[in-house]
Amino acid sequence: MSIVVAYSADTYGRAALDHAVRLARKDDVRLVVVNATRGDSLVDPRYAGDADIAAVQADLEADGLEVAVRHDVVPDVADAVLAAAQEEAADLIVVGIRHRSPVGKLLLGSVAQRVILDATCPVLAVKP
Amino acid sequence: MDLLLEGFQQALTPTNLLFACLGVILGTAVGVLPGIGPAMALALLLPVTYSVGPDSAIIMFAGVYYGGMYGGSTTSILLNTPGESSSVVTALEGNKMAKRGRAAQALATAAIGSFIAGTIGTVLLWVLTPRVSDLVVKLGAPSYFALMLLSFIAVTTVLGSSRLRGFIALFLGLAIGLVGTQTGQARLTFGDAKLADGIDVVVVAVAIFAVGEALWVAAHLRRKPLEIIPVGQPWMGKQDWKRSWKPWLRGTAYGFPFGALPAGGAEMPTFLSYVTEKRLTNHPEEFGKGAIEGVAGPEAANNASAAGTMLPLLTLGLPTTATAAIMLSALTSYGIQPGPLLMENESDLVWALLASLLIANTLLLVINLPLAPLWAKLLRIPRPQLYAGILFFACLGAYTVNFQAFDLALLLLFGVLGFAMRRFGIPVLPLIVGVILGPKMEGQLTEALAISGGDVSTLWSEPVAVVVYSVIGLLLTAVAVNGLRRPAPAAPVTTEEKELVER
Repeated sequence: MSIVVAYSADTYGRAALDHAVRLARKDDVRLVVVNATRGDSLVDPRYAGDADIAAVQADLEADGLEVAVRHDVVPDVADAVLAAAQEEAADLIVVGIRHRSPVGKLLLGSVAQRVILDATCPVLAVKP
Repeated sequence: MDLLLEGFQQALTPTNLLFACLGVILGTAVGVLPGIGPAMALALLLPVTYSVGPDSAIIMFAGVYYGGMYGGSTTSILLNTPGESSSVVTALEGNKMAKRGRAAQALATAAIGSFIAGTIGTVLLWVLTPRVSDLVVKLGAPSYFALMLLSFIAVTTVLGSSRLRGFIALFLGLAIGLVGTQTGQARLTFGDAKLADGIDVVVVAVAIFAVGEALWVAAHLRRKPLEIIPVGQPWMGKQDWKRSWKPWLRGTAYGFPFGALPAGGAEMPTFLSYVTEKRLTNHPEEFGKGAIEGVAGPEAANNASAAGTMLPLLTLGLPTTATAAIMLSALTSYGIQPGPLLMENESDLVWALLASLLIANTLLLVINLPLAPLWAKLLRIPRPQLYAGILFFACLGAYTVNFQAFDLALLLLFGVLGFAMRRFGIPVLPLIVGVILGPKMEGQLTEALAISGGDVSTLWSEPVAVVVYSVIGLLLTAVAVNGLRRPAPAAPVTTEEKELVER
């Protein structure tokens, strides 16, 4: 039993994390925080710094939650979230979602969409 | 003075102003992105010279050159990753300042310092270029031969950490320059008619800078993203102005002469400026923790040296940096012979360029001060897409040289060479200088020997040549003595090697 949350270092990731924390506390289950990047651009604002992710983990642990953090450079972020769900036998994935413009949809893939479509367990989509 | 005003008139026409804008925007962009410098940008832009006039092209190129110097400081300060080799020193104090929450002041002192240094440098150019031109016009082929030899020796021995690697690069460049039948005899053509005209500089430059860098990045694609320091609008307080203006002026004083020397480049003056500021500062406790002087001085020095580079380029036709080398080949592609006669034959062009330097500098201050946070966003571009674009333009550029597929094969070949050079830490500058100056030097040598009827002693018959040879002698002795006196310890060599590879 565990909840996997796809975390990014912005308001969307924050919203997803907050909901995941609330659910994990209610059900008293393990929380797996996944923060990953493709690492192909010099700066990725959605990838949390080492210090930030450590602070997030420390906060949650101080809260008395059982937390695991996966903080990695991976070929594909959606695959990383799905793999984490598979390995941790998650019964829920929490993702943050955002509006995308038509051009944005054309140019960029969506991690949330891939997770929602390909996950084998229920997915909770959170708006900030 | 009239000539200068005429130059302004030409540089301020809407077309040329547009090209100047384009140049500075492009230059800042490539300066911000690590790994892509003004040299690569110019190499990719060389095909542009086929379709626009020489004045527009050269004005745009000067904008790119100056812009690269500005842009490099942004990445140095916010990311601790110098976008340019000339901004390496800026990162020392600049990034520390940013970490202490003074990124806005660091960016401001870098931009304003660059503007002041660039302006002083440009005014110095206005004064010096005609005078130096009058002097060098009297020089004969033997002196030119000696000067080119000096610039070969200087770029290989003075710059870069390893003489051996420098000479490997130089001789590779000279070998590439030998290909062809320009001297009447087929050399290194392997009996292939396509090589008879020699290898075009555009193909070599684009391959080494663009394809080599793209392959290098592809080999190290996935890296942990760097942590960028968020920043707002750059500004400076009264105290910052007070502490910055002296380093700006001192940095300019270091930068211009070093840029103008055949052993130019911005690495030496930026480093010297940093050391001087460290010694003279009233706040020694701040050095190493983010002292504003350590940003102001080196940033002024690198822009002043960019201005200084123009002096030997315009008067002697001698490039001292890779970027200048490519500007030189752009001039040559218009059929303009750079050298002492440039000032006489193409004085309109030269003065338009000199006037446009001031315009480019002002434009840069205007677009850099308010837009610094925007430029930092460029760093989010995913590398696969970015380098795919670069490779596309590289192939396009190489193909348009002669419209033959053979050049694309050459492009790939030299691209692999460029990759190997990055892998083994071999500097690129000596190779490019060798390719461009090698054939010119041979021309001067044959001319000198033809005039003297084959008498070798003509090579040291001119006083300037003798002086230059003694400078070369001194340089080599100094290098040899230095090498003998303190053999490099084993440990630092590996870190040095790593740095070279990273670059």
